[in-house]
Amino acid sequence: MKIPNPIAEIKYFTFDELMLENGEKLGPITIAYETYGKLNSDGTNAVLILHSLSGDAHAAGLHEGEKEPGWWDSMIGPGKAFDTDKYFMICSNVLGGCKGSTGPSSINPKSGKPYALDFPLITVNDMVNCQKRLIDHLGIKQLLTVVGGSMGGMQVLSWLVNHPKSIRSAIPIATTARHSPQQIAFNEAGRLAIMADPHWNFGNYYEGKPPAKGLAVARMIGHITYMSDVSMTEKFGRQKKWSSDEREKFTADFEVEGYLRYRGDNFVKRFDANTYLYITKAIDHFDGFAGKSVREAFQHVQAKVMVIAFKSDWLYPAYQSQEIVKACKIAGLQTSYCEVDSTYGHDAFLLEIEEESHLIRHFLKKVFHDHEVSNDPTT
Amino acid sequence: MTQQHDNVRPDHRIILEWIKKDSSVLDLGCGDGELLHLLIQEKRARGHGIEISDEEIYKCIAKGLNILHGDIENGLADYKDQSFDYVILNQSMQQILHVDRVLQDALRVGKKVVVGFPNFVYYRSRLQILFGGKTPVNASLPYQWHETPNLHFLSILDFIEYCRKKKIKIERKAFLGKDQRVYLFPNVFAQTGIFLISG
Repeated sequence: MKIPNPIAEIKYFTFDELMLENGEKLGPITIAYETYGKLNSDGTNAVLILHSLSGDAHAAGLHEGEKEPGWWDSMIGPGKAFDTDKYFMICSNVLGGCKGSTGPSSINPKSGKPYALDFPLITVNDMVNCQKRLIDHLGIKQLLTVVGGSMGGMQVLSWLVNHPKSIRSAIPIATTARHSPQQIAFNEAGRLAIMADPHWNFGNYYEGKPPAKGLAVARMIGHITYMSDVSMTEKFGRQKKWSSDEREKFTADFEVEGYLRYRGDNFVKRFDANTYLYITKAIDHFDGFAGKSVREAFQHVQAKVMVIAFKSDWLYPAYQSQEIVKACKIAGLQTSYCEVDSTYGHDAFLLEIEEESHLIRHFLKKVFHDHEVSNDPTT
Repeated sequence: MTQQHDNVRPDHRIILEWIKKDSSVLDLGCGDGELLHLLIQEKRARGHGIEISDEEIYKCIAKGLNILHGDIENGLADYKDQSFDYVILNQSMQQILHVDRVLQDALRVGKKVVVGFPNFVYYRSRLQILFGGKTPVNASLPYQWHETPNLHFLSILDFIEYCRKKKIKIERKAFLGKDQRVYLFPNVFAQTGIFLISG
């Protein structure tokens, strides 16, 4: 019997103002979030999930009337790696996002219109500072762990460096402390595709047609980088969509082309092009070592860290995870590192559920147990 | 509380005896983490392991250990001098390509280093070579020539001589037969040599 997914519900938290990293003030700010499970009486079982570029607050469960569960549902729920019978899970949409949190498509209180390009350039640290406000609001003093893949992993690193006392452990997955020129290059190609779309109109498209073609191309580029040569071959081969006599000029002949077009077009329905521009800029500029050397980066951190990378991930290659591990080693942190054998490429962090579950389940258990023991006056 | 270690591997028993309480330990090539886990439980050690095999990594994580996935050769460089009270190379030294470099680095990173390795000139091996005319396969060298992970074949005497040449101090040593300690002619009768060394 299949256990039905618990119903998930989106909530909102609004606060007056945030001083951004660039010195500008932004407000009011609304953060959309969801929670799963229950916070225990001493507030020691809270886990913050941090989403990737195209993710949102809906990490698990089903929204009323919908068929598709949240983006990491296979990891979160009763008896799963993030066991909601034990832990209290929180996931929020990032600042700059378009799924309920304040971003370029939100109404600017000064003009009564969407911010569009009046929205300030935000950073990964700004996103994390909003999450810190949310955690404070929920009455949580210290998180059991912060966890996320890709851009979510960058937020994990920002938590480590900027709020070291607020977390007991951290799990950065398939991520980097700094984007390489290759990663920046892919993002720039995506941004230029959006900005080259005539409907983009310097960001002012909210009253008309959105730059759907540009955003779809940006998403296609993204999807190419999320897969591997092997996973693409396994999924599509050179399979054609139709027989040669039906063929027209420059249609999507191959399965892979059809897939990318489908993914691109689908993305447009649920994502805002300006958000794509702002967020990719934020992650390109991110520096998880805060401009310091690897040697100095984590010197005030005390959290226990587990870094996970995937062998076929060429967008966020394992060597970048090893840089994070190196910083942890130098800082003398309790660290684990696992390079999971996978052919899925960067997407592996959403697909290699069995391995990831094993690693995370045991790691969390250990961190949770150690804390309970050290706080138990009878021991 | 002293516990009986009847089900503990004999080499682990010796290492457990040598490691002082509350020490920090780095176990290079820690396998499934059995020794590290034992040291944490019995000696309140703070420890890290480095291991190359995926399968063993998952076992280590299940034991709640801090484990780094990677090879030993590159694993030491990032640590500061004297980061650990002990660096352990138990049954892994003979599988390392650049033994000399790794040992020097282990002596830099650890205040003391534990080294355990199979004695290649154990008498059964000698007999197998002499009378069998074949590469020895026995309890301490369990692999066929085409599948062995061992890159170096050394004797207890070889290691003692190496330490003398490199001016490495041997603080303690122990030799093992099948299950028992060997005290007489270890280079002949011991399957395993275990050394505690310092720079």
